[in-house]
Amino acid sequence: MTEILVVAEHRNNELREITLQMLNKASDLCQKNGYGLSVVILGNNTEKFINDLKDRANRVIVYNDQKLQNFNPDDYKEIIAALINERKPMITLMGHTPWTMDLAPALAIKTGCPLATDCVDILLDSGKPRIVRQVYSGKIFSRMSFKEATGYLITVRGGAFQATRSFDYQADVIQAAMPAMAGKVRREFIGYQDTGKGEVDITQAELLVSIGRGIGEQDNIEKAKELAAKMGGTLSCSRPIVDKKWLPKYHQVGTSGKSVKPKVYLALGISGAFQHVAGITGAGTVIAVNKDKKAPIFRVAQYGAVADLLNVVSALKEKLPKN
Amino acid sequence: MNIIVCVKNVPFTQEVDLVLDASRQDVRKDNLVYVINEWDNYAIEEAIRIKEQSGGHVTAVTLGKEADEEVLRRCLAMGADEAVRIDPGSLKPDAFMTSAILAAAVKSLPHDMVFTGVQSDDFNNGITGGLMAERLGLAHAAVVNSIKASDGKAQIAIELEGGQDEVSLVDLPALFAIQTGINEPRYVSIMGIRKAAKKEIKIINADSLGLSTADLQPDLIMEEMFMPPETEGAEMLQGDAGSLADQIVRIIREKGVSL
Repeated sequence: MTEILVVAEHRNNELREITLQMLNKASDLCQKNGYGLSVVILGNNTEKFINDLKDRANRVIVYNDQKLQNFNPDDYKEIIAALINERKPMITLMGHTPWTMDLAPALAIKTGCPLATDCVDILLDSGKPRIVRQVYSGKIFSRMSFKEATGYLITVRGGAFQATRSFDYQADVIQAAMPAMAGKVRREFIGYQDTGKGEVDITQAELLVSIGRGIGEQDNIEKAKELAAKMGGTLSCSRPIVDKKWLPKYHQVGTSGKSVKPKVYLALGISGAFQHVAGITGAGTVIAVNKDKKAPIFRVAQYGAVADLLNVVSALKEKLPKN
Repeated sequence: MNIIVCVKNVPFTQEVDLVLDASRQDVRKDNLVYVINEWDNYAIEEAIRIKEQSGGHVTAVTLGKEADEEVLRRCLAMGADEAVRIDPGSLKPDAFMTSAILAAAVKSLPHDMVFTGVQSDDFNNGITGGLMAERLGLAHAAVVNSIKASDGKAQIAIELEGGQDEVSLVDLPALFAIQTGINEPRYVSIMGIRKAAKKEIKIINADSLGLSTADLQPDLIMEEMFMPPETEGAEMLQGDAGSLADQIVRIIREKGVSL
């Protein structure tokens, strides 16, 4: 039976949301095409994960071993490559995450299956998968097909699909034996460290005044700080500001920073890369000011203004009551 | 420590209106300015910093046409010791082919560490490094934002989601895909680039690398590029800065935030 295989991801004993999103999309494709749906989980103490997964696929394939407690690309690639070679799924789905950025290319070489990454849609209308992915920082979309192969590897963008469950499965749980490992483990896990802690907690703010690359120069940061203070809001920013070390990491909104939920998010000079936008889905209202009328941020904002943000910052300061 | 850094010249597309070309397989590039891929700029900087601190040799490698040598001159001006351009000839490499070509070239050069950027600004695949590592049999980590290398091992931090890093110890030789923000890339002056223009760039033809036809076949076939689907989008506010400020203050208050 033609099959879709989903590779589950977990961290700190929690199944990651992306796994549920992939399973929902895969279920949809399987129901429409009469395919079987399998999910594979590698870990230690996997009982909890099996419970989370067993109503979401026909088959839960479990590799339970102490050394699989944490992600390790060397073990993962051996096990999953062997599984793909054995089951020959038509599609193997993974999340487009930092870990899978290690794993998926290795699998592509080991199995010979072509790989498409960071996909926002999967089409199966022609009996062969085609995918949609964004290029040029999300300004353009592309639809692509694969070279002829026995199976295809696809990684999907977080948030591209809902995590809902639209079909009730009762999975067969298969406890799989660890395959003989060809390769040696060359990466030793030491631990996790938090990088987002600091004196400001942007996740609790009602009003965020958030700045991006459009701020232009480091000297302008002070102007944004003054505005945030005058508005009684909290200053936050997008990735480029932290990369340039203009603000500490705990100000950063987005996938690698914090998810925020202010009543109002005032985005100044933020273009709206998907990694940033993923962090503001909980915002009540987004107001965006940007010079580029085609900036992707205007696609998610409720209100927008095409303007020089420094002029708007000055004008806002003038309009606000002197404390 | 021998470090090889793979770099790419990419079109600069921030605050630029992109237009599809007649084939709808790519965008029109004749009016675009080319720059070093942002991630690669951090990768070359990291290699040069390691060399400056503990000695070694840094080689910058690119797969590109003669015009792309600009990106190598920039790397030389930053402090790379050597530069290699692999000419694609008539090939139109996708990420899969690029990784085969780069891996074949890197194989013959001494290396303790190989760096790529996490992804490129144009196609955002994020797989060239991972594919190369597997082809070369190197240990690998993606999204690396810290490296401390010594005695055949490197302690690295990998940027995960949600303000968390994974710290791991990796055996060398290894390939790391470098994340932005790992350092502050140095400023490169026009003078510096002019000086670097005198340095020799080694040129290798991709077809001389002994690659199989399977390696030179693309994984993915572009059907069509298209503009993002229309969404409702933002209600656009009009007026000068003063009027915009009035409207923004009004909206913020309406949403229940007191100013």
